[in-house]
Parts: sequence; C-alpha cells; structure tokens
Amino acid sequence: MTWPLFGMDMPVVLDLFIRMNIIVILMTVMVMGLIYIERKVLARFQMRLGPTRTGPMGLLQSVADALKLVAKEDVRPTNADPWVFELAPYFVFVPIFIGFVVVPFASGLEVRVLDLGLFYLLAASSVNLVGWVMAGWGSDNRYAIIGGLRSVAQSISYELPLVLSLLAVAMVADSLNLTEIVAGQAGAPNILWQPMAFLIFFIAMIAELNRPPFDIPVGESEVVGGPFVEYSGIRWSMFFLAEYAALFIMALVGSAVFLGGWAWPFGEQLGLPWQIVLTTVKTSMMIFVVFWVRVTVPRMRIDQLMAFAWKLLLPLSFAQILVNGAVLVYELPSGLTHALLAGSGVAGVFIMMWVINRSVSRPRPRPVLIPRTDQTWEATR
Amino acid sequence: MDHLDQLFGTYAAVFAATIAGFILVVTALIASRLLAPFSVERNKGTSYECGMLPLRRAQTSIGMRYYLYAILFIIFDVEAVFIFPWALSYVEVGPMAYYEMLVFIGILAAGLAYAWKKGALKWQ
Repeated sequence: MTWPLFGMDMPVVLDLFIRMNIIVILMTVMVMGLIYIERKVLARFQMRLGPTRTGPMGLLQSVADALKLVAKEDVRPTNADPWVFELAPYFVFVPIFIGFVVVPFASGLEVRVLDLGLFYLLAASSVNLVGWVMAGWGSDNRYAIIGGLRSVAQSISYELPLVLSLLAVAMVADSLNLTEIVAGQAGAPNILWQPMAFLIFFIAMIAELNRPPFDIPVGESEVVGGPFVEYSGIRWSMFFLAEYAALFIMALVGSAVFLGGWAWPFGEQLGLPWQIVLTTVKTSMMIFVVFWVRVTVPRMRIDQLMAFAWKLLLPLSFAQILVNGAVLVYELPSGLTHALLAGSGVAGVFIMMWVINRSVSRPRPRPVLIPRTDQTWEATR
Repeated sequence: MDHLDQLFGTYAAVFAATIAGFILVVTALIASRLLAPFSVERNKGTSYECGMLPLRRAQTSIGMRYYLYAILFIIFDVEAVFIFPWALSYVEVGPMAYYEMLVFIGILAAGLAYAWKKGALKWQ
C-alpha cells in the first residue's frame, strides 16, 4: 500500500517517517521562532528593543537559550515523588505533539487525515492537563500544588466553551474531519457564519494555554511560575516547549476551522506554495493577537475567570448550538440559512459585549457596613 | 480488508507520533545528562519556599471548590461527548432528533441553573 506525498507514491512507512520528520522540525523551529517573536513583539509594545545582541537582530537568542538550558543542572527536590516528577514533562509534551498529526497545513500536506480529526485533537490536547497536575502534585511544593490545581480548574472550565464552539462550527461544516472542514470553506470562511463561536473559541483558547490575561495558574507574582517551580534545566524547557507548541497548534486549528485555512480565498487553483502562505499568514495573525491581548489586558481574578466561563461562555455556546440545530434541521434555502446563522452569531457577540461592558463599567454597590453598637462591642469583649 | 488497511494506515500515525514525542523528550533529557554539570550539595534538594525551610509536606488536603467544578465539568463533558455524534447525523434523522436534543440540553441547562442558584459557580 502506498500514500502519495508531493506527487510521488511511496511505501507507507517511508511516507509516515518523512511527514513525521517534517512535523518535528517544523514544531521545534516554530517554538524557537515564537519565543523570539514574542519577546520582540512585547518589547515593541513596551517601547523597548528586545533581544538585539545574539546574532543579527537577536535572531539567535532562542538558540542560545536552548543551549543554555541543555547545559544546566537538572535538580530534583528530595521530597518529590520521583516517578510523578520525572514523568510529568512527557505527559505535558506528548499529548500536544500528537495533535499535529491531523493539522492540515495545505491541501494534502498533513500527516494523516482522520475522520474524527477535530474530536481527536480536542481529546489529545486535554490529556495535557494530567501532566500539569502531575507536575504540581509531584514536586512537593506549595506553589506548585496550588498552581497545578488552579491550572486544572481553569482548563476544565474553559474546555467546555472551546469544545462546544468548535462543535457549532462542525455542525455548519457537517464534518469533524479537519481537512474536509477546510476544503469546504473555499467560498467563504466559517467566521462569517459563526462569529460568536470564533470569539468564544479565541477566549477559551487563550485560557487553555494559560496565557495572560488568564495566567493565574502560572502567575509569577502569585505562585512564582506555578506547577513548574521546582523544575530546572531541560525538564523546565519541556514545559515551555509544550506551551508554545500548544499555542502554535491552537492557532493552526483556529485558522483552519474559522478563517478558512489554506482554502479561502483561492481554493486549490493557485497550488501548494500559496496555500502554505495563506496558512502561515492566518496562523501568524492569530498568534499576534494572542501576544497583543497579553500586553493589553491585566490579569483576571480567579472568581471573575470562573464566572466568565460558566455563566457567560457556556450558556452562549449552548445557545449557538441550539440555534444552529434549529436552522440546519429544516433545510431552508441556502441564503436564508446563512443569514440566520450569521445574524444569530452577531446577536450573540453583541450580548457578550453588553454583559462584559456592564460588568466592567458599573461596579456593584458595596455592602453597607453596619456600625457596631455599644452592646455588641461589649458582647465581643 | 482495504478499509481496515486504510484505518490502520491512518491511526498507526497516531501511535507513531506518540513514540516520536517520547523520543523527542528522551533525546533532550539524554543530551542534558551528557552536557549538564552535577554536584552533590546538602541543601539543594529542599523545596523552594522564599528561602525558609518548609514546615511539612505540601501534599495535604485540597479545597472543596475544585471538586465542585470537577463534578460539574464531568457532567457537561460527557454531554459534549453525546452531542458530537448527534451533531453529524441529526439532519438525516429529521426534526425529531433536534427536539430530543432540545430536551436533553434543557435538562442539563436546568442543572446548570440549579448549580448557579445554589451558588456552586461562585468561587468561595
């Protein structure tokens, strides 16, 4: 049995090997690049220059960092549970990595097309949580354990809006196969029909990645790094690798599912290079906005964060699924269907903005303090 | 048979990717083992706590609120797993399937409303 790759037929094993190598190299290079770009972008936002000394324009900064991390001593606390502590980096990194199997970079340029691609990706990336809890629990450190628990509480809360918003799009696209979803958007991207699902996906994605403003689990000023306080050297860098790989893969999925991936606006007619360019541009835009949000919005409090997920995002994503179901099940004419979908999405975005604006702009009345009378004062004494 | 081959061909990639991920981490750890220095020091193994010696093990009890969210999550996540197959097939089945899902989501929404009313969604 053979699989075609770049127009050539080759044995399954060789094909798999080549594709896997492409993924590994792409991921490591992208992670290094993303670290450099994030530092540069943050610096520009804060009117600084960022890394400039290592290589031309500081381009080799990530390479230098990686080399330094490899050559650092790997310390394990005496009280730490050896198995849980040592295995946690694997459980953080591997689930993120196996998600790359289904991501379509261009037409025919993915490792494998799975029919349940979206479902598989969500399932795989949520196993990542186990690694965070293991890191928190295994290192026997109070900061780590608090960070690990906060991480799991936040991630499971935002997992539901993430899954449901992607499901809403899958209903419109009538497929869970990522390649089919992208190919079906050659005419118009899904974001036009599902703007609210995109907004929910984007917020939930930032929360899942533990990035600011949802970085309570890893907040430096509160829990000094959270689950990976006790990790050093190469093990610590595995957490970082997983974090940026997760950012990359989430941006890829967002651009594939909502922004049309390689298919919109040119379809398959312009060939592979243009498709890759389109994917790159859309993914970079998603990643840039994540960095942008990071410098703009201050960190949220944990009660606000949980309330936001459970009281606003979850009901709205349910409502979107029900509206989609009602519109699609009656098989109306195509124009009316799309108008209803887009209208409900825009209405949802306005409801969301109204609720956020209301909770931000008008502070709740403070509780009235009842002054202690003399008797109560005496009674307490 | 051809279909089975196809299935194996696609999902074998997942297995291969898992192995490749483990190999990546192991390679990095081995490289570090070879390059990194190591020295024995008495206080190196104490856990980090602002310079003080920690009083006792950190692995103690966990706040109740985490369990509350975990229970809610399990309910809704199982529900999401149920919705996934429905979402791809209800159009063929017709409006009846949609009404059934409406009832199902309605019951869960009532559950969410109850939890909300009871204050389970409030971080305390």
